[in-house]
Amino acid sequence: MNLFDLRNVSASRGGRRVLDDVSATIRDGATALLGPSGSGKSSLLRLLNRLSDPDSGTVRFEGEDVRALDVLDLRRRAALVPQLPAPLPGTVADNVRYGPSLCGRDADADACLARAGLDSSYAERDAAELSVGEQQRVMLARALALDPEVLLLDEPTSALDEAARDGVERTLAELARAGVAMVLVTHDRGQAERIASEVVELHEGRVVA
Amino acid sequence: MSSIDVTLTEVAATLVLVAIAVAVSRWRRAELEADLGIAVLRSFVQLTAVGYVIQAIFDSDSLLLVVALLAGMVAFGSFTARGRAKGVPDALGPVVLALTVAAVTTLGLVLALGVFDAKPRYLVPVGGMVIGNAMTAAAVALNRLADEIGGSRAAIEATLSLGATSRQAAAGAVTRSLRSGMIALVDSTKTTGIVFFPGTMVGMLVAGAEPVDAVRLQLILLWALLGSVSLSALIATGLGYRGFFTPAHQLRDAGPR
Repeated sequence: MNLFDLRNVSASRGGRRVLDDVSATIRDGATALLGPSGSGKSSLLRLLNRLSDPDSGTVRFEGEDVRALDVLDLRRRAALVPQLPAPLPGTVADNVRYGPSLCGRDADADACLARAGLDSSYAERDAAELSVGEQQRVMLARALALDPEVLLLDEPTSALDEAARDGVERTLAELARAGVAMVLVTHDRGQAERIASEVVELHEGRVVA
Repeated sequence: MSSIDVTLTEVAATLVLVAIAVAVSRWRRAELEADLGIAVLRSFVQLTAVGYVIQAIFDSDSLLLVVALLAGMVAFGSFTARGRAKGVPDALGPVVLALTVAAVTTLGLVLALGVFDAKPRYLVPVGGMVIGNAMTAAAVALNRLADEIGGSRAAIEATLSLGATSRQAAAGAVTRSLRSGMIALVDSTKTTGIVFFPGTMVGMLVAGAEPVDAVRLQLILLWALLGSVSLSALIATGLGYRGFFTPAHQLRDAGPR
C-alpha cells in the first residue's frame, strides 16, 4: 500500500497559492520532496500530518483520507521534524519523553537518542544549551520516540553548519537503510539522492517529476 | 462619614495645571496639545454625565438600575479590551465572559462576606473599579497572548507535531500572558502606600474620613481587585487562545504578509 496519496491538491498559505493541483504518490521507504525555495515542498509536507489542510483535493495516508483520522493519532503515526529545532524547556530526556507521555506511553530515551546519533550522556543535559546540530538530533530522537510509521523531515539540515549537516545526513541515511520510512523535504539534489530512494520534484507548486 | 462640597470654580482652577501640560507639550514639541484638549473635554463630559447617572441611581435606590449600569460597563469595557487586543481572533466572547465572571464573582463575594451592603452607594463605585481593572487585565493579557503566539508559531507547530492538543501546545504562551495581565496590579499592591497613594484612600482622606478607615477600605478594594483581575486574565487567556487554532489542532494561517 502507498504511504501517501495526493489527488488534485491545491493549497495556499498567507493568502498565496503554494500548491496547484498536485497529484503524487509516496511509497513506503525514503522519498525526497525536492525543489527550490518557494516550490511548495514544505507546504506539501504540512498537509501530510495536517498542520494545515488543502483548499481542495484529498490527502490519503495508508489508504485513508487524513481528515477521517484522529488528528493527534495521525501526528504520532507521521512524526514531523521541524526545519529549526524547537526544544521544549527541560532536559533532553524530557524532550524525548514528552510526545509519548501525551498518550500515556513511555519511551526508552537512551535508545531513541542512540538512533538519532546521540549517546546517553546527553539525556540529562539542558536541551536549550546544546548546539543547533545537537538540538536537531534531539528533534529527531523525540520524533522517533513516538514510534512513528513515517518520519516527515522538513529541511532538517538547512540550519546546520557543514560538519553537523554531514553528520545528521549520515544518521538519516542509516535510518533509511534500516527501513525507517521517511519523507524528506530538501532543496539539495545531492542530499536527496544520498538519503532517499525516490524523488518527487516540485516547481512553483506543481509536480515536475 | 463627613462629606465635602467641591465648587466648579475650584475644578476650573486646576485647569492651570493642565495649562502646564500644554506648555510642556508645545515647548518640547510632543504634539499632545490636541490630545490634552480632548482628554480634558472628555473627562469633564463623561464624568459629569456619569455623576448624574449615579445620582439618579442613588436617588432611586434600585438594584435593578445598578445591574443595568454594571452590564453597560461590562459591554463598553469588553469592546474597549477587544479593540486593544487586535491580534487575537474572535476575542469578544472571551472578554465578555472574563469581565462578567470577574464582576459577578467579586461583587458577589464581597456582598456574601458582608464587606459591603447591597446598596447602590457601594455597588456602583466598587463595580466600576472591578470592571475597569478586569478590562485592563484582559486587554494586557490578550495583547501579550497575540505577541507570544505570533512569536513562537514554529515552536507551537513543533509541539502540535508531537501529538499535543492546541491547549497543550499553547500552555506556555497562555501562562506567560496570564502573568502579564496580573503583574501590574500585584506590583502596585506591593508598593502601595510607599510609592503612591491609591485613589480611594486619597478621596476618603480629602473628604475628611479617618485615616484608619481610609486605609481599611483601600485594603478591601486592592485585595478584591487582585481576585477580579486574576479571574479576568485567567478567562480571557484560557479561552482567547482558541481563536488562534482550528478545531483540528492547527495553528490558523497568519493571513497575507
